[in-house]
Amino acid sequence: MNALIIRNGRIIDPANQRDEVGDLAIIDGRIADPSKIRNSKSEMDEIDASNLIVCPGLIDLHVHLREPGFGWKETIETGARAAAAGGFTTIVCMPNTSPVADSPGTIGWITDRAAEIACVNVLPTGAISKDLMGEELAPIGSLKQAGVVAITDDGRCVQNNELMRRAVEYARMVGVPVLDHCQDYNLVGNGVVHEGYWSTLLGLPGWPSAGEEAVVMRNVLLAELCDHHVHCQHLSAAGSVRILREARARGVKVSGEACPHHIALTDDAIQNFDTNCKMNPPLRAKEDVAALLEGIADGTISILCSDHAPHAQFEKEVEFDAAPFGIVGLETELGLFFDILVHKNRTIELPQLVEMFTVNPARLLQIEAGTLSVGRAADITLIDPELEWTVDARQFQSMSRNTPFDGWKLKGRAVRTIVGGKTVWKL
Amino acid sequence: MTEPAKSEMKWQRKDLLGIRELSVKEIVFLLDTADAFKEVGTREIKKVPALRGKTLVNFFVEPSTRTRTSFEIAAIRLSADVVNISATASSLVKGETLKDTAKILEAYHADLIVLRHSSSGAPQFLAERLRSSIINAGDGAHEHPTQALLDLYTIRSHKRAIAGLHVAIIGDILFSRVARSNIFGLLKLGARVTLVGPSTLVPREFEKLGVTVSHNIDEVLETADVVNLLRIQHERQRKEYFPGIGEYIRLFGLTKERGRRLKPDCLIMHPGPINRGVEIDSELADGAQSVILEQVTNGLAVRMAVLYLCGGIAT
Repeated sequence: MNALIIRNGRIIDPANQRDEVGDLAIIDGRIADPSKIRNSKSEMDEIDASNLIVCPGLIDLHVHLREPGFGWKETIETGARAAAAGGFTTIVCMPNTSPVADSPGTIGWITDRAAEIACVNVLPTGAISKDLMGEELAPIGSLKQAGVVAITDDGRCVQNNELMRRAVEYARMVGVPVLDHCQDYNLVGNGVVHEGYWSTLLGLPGWPSAGEEAVVMRNVLLAELCDHHVHCQHLSAAGSVRILREARARGVKVSGEACPHHIALTDDAIQNFDTNCKMNPPLRAKEDVAALLEGIADGTISILCSDHAPHAQFEKEVEFDAAPFGIVGLETELGLFFDILVHKNRTIELPQLVEMFTVNPARLLQIEAGTLSVGRAADITLIDPELEWTVDARQFQSMSRNTPFDGWKLKGRAVRTIVGGKTVWKL
Repeated sequence: MTEPAKSEMKWQRKDLLGIRELSVKEIVFLLDTADAFKEVGTREIKKVPALRGKTLVNFFVEPSTRTRTSFEIAAIRLSADVVNISATASSLVKGETLKDTAKILEAYHADLIVLRHSSSGAPQFLAERLRSSIINAGDGAHEHPTQALLDLYTIRSHKRAIAGLHVAIIGDILFSRVARSNIFGLLKLGARVTLVGPSTLVPREFEKLGVTVSHNIDEVLETADVVNLLRIQHERQRKEYFPGIGEYIRLFGLTKERGRRLKPDCLIMHPGPINRGVEIDSELADGAQSVILEQVTNGLAVRMAVLYLCGGIAT
């Protein structure tokens, strides 16, 4: 028997409404009843978790691992290491790879590769449409059988409302949630930054909030029409929060997620044309940040994620409008959310933060993760809530360094990440 | 050559990226320096040795004849050696990045690089990476500082002071770098600025910059001391921005009839190239109030001043 006990931590397990100082036992890679381990005579490893939070391993619902196809930006191996360093035991990877994850073969390749090399759990998503072109449905049923936990065209957005309606209907039959990157191509055009003061001042093409809100509304209507779950990815605009709040109050099966950059920064960060502040959707105005925080506080936004989007230095070091969208996020995400939501703004209490990283995404995907229930795989994250640290991009486990947060001082950080009872990362 | 600039100031910038970053003092100093250079253009031998031995690269990633020629003549009059590189001839079309192309220009020891680029922020991108002086000759819809300086110079040469003037900028403001640089410069020097054009091309957001936005040209004609007409850029317009040229002329064109309602001493300006009969009536463009050709001449003096000052800083 292989036993481990984590002593004296503040155990927060929202799924079981548990928040208490105590010991957590692990036997043979699974959560066990501590009484069993105390009576056991076999050898036992111990971790002292005094002053630390012990919670279910964090889940990141929105990650780009770039493999297959873009191995110079990130690989499944390095992306998983970055996840572990950020406190994540499960990551959900997006299908905009090359080839696109729109066939069981590609899904198989990803899961095989992850099983072989990744130090955390990697759950693939499949495409909604073939080649992400928004024209024909991908083989959603076969993708589900191959192991996808959701379907999404992330990075792109199905513009044809009829096709999207059929995708949601079909996904209901198959039993996978639909995740959507909300962007109306006509409204957004060639926009690269939030349409507002700074786009006006700098003469950069604007990406209006309405370009997101229109599609969030579309998704509400389709979730209602098809009676199936549609989850809106990386929400950035105040109107999106308002639409989602109203729909959820009526019981529509919609949900939304927020990324740290959309609450940590506003569009004034682009004033020196820093391409590490270029992401899609873009950094928005103060009012949008306030609305996102409100949405997080009242549960309208129920999931936190990174939209980890690695790009090589040479790709980002170009003219602003030519640079690819996105930043790396796995290794700064928890620190940023902890610092902003729990310490600085007191938007939410700690258990709600844990819930948004664990049980909420697990419920959406209907996966057995995100709790410390006895018998479950021992995926555990230890967090030091008071640890003050400075982001140093050179130390990232990720292959890429495209972050606007280099040098930021944050409070709160994962100090140990345990997957299936094994420590995969330790500060 | 006469000693440039009597204003007491030491120029500190190696680059000219935009008007927004300049102080009032710097703008006035540039205009005063241009005054000294204007005389050079009237001499029989139109050349001074100020930049002798320096290499200037006109790096025009977006096509332009007018601005490039103006910079070229200005540089030649300062005795600099000039090389022109255009988009089609450059390695950029072969997929080389802007950074790599620029590093190569630097490896040739180019002292000054005059950059025209379709991306906002491209000159700043180069300035942060190169020792050469970077002069912005227009970046995206961001800034076109030498155009604004020559506009300010032209206004100043006709009106005693810029402070207190009412300047109307008319046309496609949204996509215009000329408009932005003019707005920044005019406001810094104390003018009152009204932007005029269709709501699609003059969004209300501009009011946050400190200007007035109007969608009615007729309400500004009688109070304007200067009207600066911008080219309606068909090639860049997507058709949803306004219904058509006919309607544009009816609502916003400076027609003969509207021209009669201008103050007698109101200056008519245009950065060119003009669409005769669209944003401005052809006769008005050539009329007594028009200073359009003066702008071109003043552009040389202003660009000489910019190259002289920034080129003196670059190492």
